[in-house]
Amino acid sequence: MGKLTWSVIPWDQPLPMTASLVLALTALFLLGLVTWKHRWPYLWHEWLTSVDHKRIGILYVLLSLVMLLRGFTDAIMMRTQQALAAGAAQGYLPPEHYDQIFSAHGTIMIFFMAMPFMVGLMNFVVPLQLGVRDVAFPVLNAVSFWLTASGALLVNMSLVIGEFAKTGWLPYPPLSELQFSPGVGVDYYLWALEISGVGSLLSGINLVTTILKLRAPGMTYMRMPIFCWTALASNLLIVAAFPILTATLGMLLLDRYVGMHFFTNDGGGNAMLFFNLIWAWGHPEVYILILPAFGIFSEVIATFCGKTIFGYRSMVLATMAICILSFMVWLHHFFTMGAGADVNGFFGIMTMIIAVPTGVKMFNWLFTLYRGRVRFEVPMLWALGFMVTFVIGGLTGVLLAVPPADFVLHNSLFLVAHFHNVLIGGVLFGGMAGYNYWFPKAFGFSLDRRLGLLSFWCWLVGFYLAFMPLYVLGLLGMTRRVQHYDNLAWQPYLICAEIGAVIVFCGILAQVGQLLLSIRTRARRRDLSGDPWDGRTLEWSTASPPPSYNYAVLPEVTGRDAFWAAKRGRSPNAQQPAAAAPIEVPNNSPNGFVTAFFAVVMGFALVWHIWWMAITGAVCAILTLLVFGWVPRAQTEISAETLTASERSDAAARPGSA
Amino acid sequence: MNTAATNGELLGMPARDTPQEASGPSAKGPAPVEIVVAYGFWIFLLSDIIMFSALFASYAVLSGDTAGGPAGSDLFNLKHVAIETLCLLFSSYSCGLGALAIDRRHLSAFYLCSAVTFVLGATFLGLEITEFAGMVAQGAGPTRSAFLSAFFALVGLHGVHVSIGLSWLVFMVGQVGAQGPRDYVLRRLHCFSLFWHALDIIWIALLTLVYLVGARS
Repeated sequence: MGKLTWSVIPWDQPLPMTASLVLALTALFLLGLVTWKHRWPYLWHEWLTSVDHKRIGILYVLLSLVMLLRGFTDAIMMRTQQALAAGAAQGYLPPEHYDQIFSAHGTIMIFFMAMPFMVGLMNFVVPLQLGVRDVAFPVLNAVSFWLTASGALLVNMSLVIGEFAKTGWLPYPPLSELQFSPGVGVDYYLWALEISGVGSLLSGINLVTTILKLRAPGMTYMRMPIFCWTALASNLLIVAAFPILTATLGMLLLDRYVGMHFFTNDGGGNAMLFFNLIWAWGHPEVYILILPAFGIFSEVIATFCGKTIFGYRSMVLATMAICILSFMVWLHHFFTMGAGADVNGFFGIMTMIIAVPTGVKMFNWLFTLYRGRVRFEVPMLWALGFMVTFVIGGLTGVLLAVPPADFVLHNSLFLVAHFHNVLIGGVLFGGMAGYNYWFPKAFGFSLDRRLGLLSFWCWLVGFYLAFMPLYVLGLLGMTRRVQHYDNLAWQPYLICAEIGAVIVFCGILAQVGQLLLSIRTRARRRDLSGDPWDGRTLEWSTASPPPSYNYAVLPEVTGRDAFWAAKRGRSPNAQQPAAAAPIEVPNNSPNGFVTAFFAVVMGFALVWHIWWMAITGAVCAILTLLVFGWVPRAQTEISAETLTASERSDAAARPGSA
Repeated sequence: MNTAATNGELLGMPARDTPQEASGPSAKGPAPVEIVVAYGFWIFLLSDIIMFSALFASYAVLSGDTAGGPAGSDLFNLKHVAIETLCLLFSSYSCGLGALAIDRRHLSAFYLCSAVTFVLGATFLGLEITEFAGMVAQGAGPTRSAFLSAFFALVGLHGVHVSIGLSWLVFMVGQVGAQGPRDYVLRRLHCFSLFWHALDIIWIALLTLVYLVGARS
């Protein structure tokens, strides 16, 4: 069994054992519940083998919310440790455990919380907004999701079986080389990200093709909703950046498994090569995350102001400018590593230039608010919270882009505060806005407003209490990833940050409560109109939830904000169910689930050097793809009569619809 | 015709929409499936080429770091590489002929072209394996130096792609034999041709930047 023995399970450490016990009991409870309620066929046919982009999008968001809980648990453990471990006190986390926690926190939050959140919302919304029936490659879409889930599973397995990386969220060599990290932690990290990275890449190809080749008649580029534009930019970045990640981590794997010398200290290896390559992926990655969030805010702000987005063309231009500029700034992540003044100067200026298109977007949102009839619903509050918070994060980013300032602030808590400021204030707030905004579309009932407001205010206040002190601490000289410190002057700030984290925790509890309460009271929350927010884009023209085929007849688009125009009777886009022609929808396919299962087997075996099992897993995964590829993909035809009947009953159920 | 309540309208200005936007191919709705499949595959090939470019960059950085071991000029045999190149380029030619044959439904010509493609591709792969084995035998394996790590990873990744292409070719010939030249089989064959030609492009870059530059310096 390779390196795998019973001794790798940390029986003597109460924290991981308790956590894994809770996880195992929860999983057993859920499996038991499904069995007891005889829901396995439902789960298998409706979710696990589904190739419907809406179902897959929901699965992505579900994965991301579960991983948010895991990543937040890591966060509050670190905050507690730092609030305690000053001077003589050592806190409760030993260094080797603390190192795993900050590595797991970053890895999970970026790859398995933020990424699936954004990809999930894009998957769900983009085909609906474009007025088409599915993404370009539905089965591939399922494969992408299940590969992402495989990566998340591998990272979480490391909690119980062995250990996780102690090298930070990006495993810098030479620390991550076999010589200095002989354990399996880095291998868990690498295989999890190689597998989920393939999933992300395939999903990017899928959505780029969808947006560029599948749009409703009349949906020209300059009529696409802003969210589709930002999704296009984000997925172009995925296609252009993720192969670099795959190659770079592949080289580190070759170093660790085969004894090559890409990044080693000996044999002519070059660790700086890793930094350059990983950030050539890593910087576009932050725009992969933030651009869809910008799109969500654009949709939310336009809808809740009752106006079309201000400066549509400049918004599109700014999006594409960010898309291109994001590849020209990677060196600002290591100004201090000796590239010289000219190189640092170039990258500093390029970084500051990105603030220009971002500022254009900010002003467009402000001008959309101007003289709008703003409705302060939950998604809109997240958007307003974002506008304030993100500007602060952006300004500290411009500060960090000044190389002399960066020499003072590099790797300090100022940096930690900055990127949490933009990632929480931007991506996470965006995800939450989108979640509250599109939830009624996905499930046919809306989320509770009061608990939604409570969660928003807890998150906002908690965020400021948790991260503003970190700016100060950074200026006071506190570096990141510190398990213990002697300077007692830092402690009050860290206690303040701990209080902030507890308030954020209350926000998360409010969100869990919001979801549970809304499900319990869904009967009186039904969204029969399909358009609960008085929306502007095509997704609101369908029923809530939309039928599997989205549109019985593809809508004819004659301008921007197509559904708004249809509602105002200024478009010939009245629904004509009588004209429905039969359509074909792809059948379910277990391809993704089975392939991903074998990918987990392969990844786990490679981590533990169980070679026979790795080969079996890889061969079975490839055979799965070949077998499913050999048999032509079956499609189900929905007849015109069925379509017409279901559209009629749907129209009858919707009181105010056109 | 304007169809949206624009800012201009709310601010009391006349709204406008440019009529020429409504023309062009996107006005017609979703593209047919063969376009969509080929387009998606092109995007995949671009991403694949980016993965290679990361390895090319690494090779460019590490090519001088021989750690006291052999350099490219000590190892590369250009005559050997020339034969490899000819095999690969002619396999692309026969692959193209195969695509023409299947377009005209000349199945026997398609099988012949595919067989030639396979033999040439396999010869290329055999020559590459011989080269690698020879280098390892002289103590110039991938663990010897950073230069050799980068060399084996870059050229090896191309070799892995050629092996995947050969397996794919066998699969496609099997599908044509069992299921005939149906629409989805033809779409896949088209993607296979794109893949096989992309391997040529990468090989030409490899030949130039690794072998021709390396053998001289």
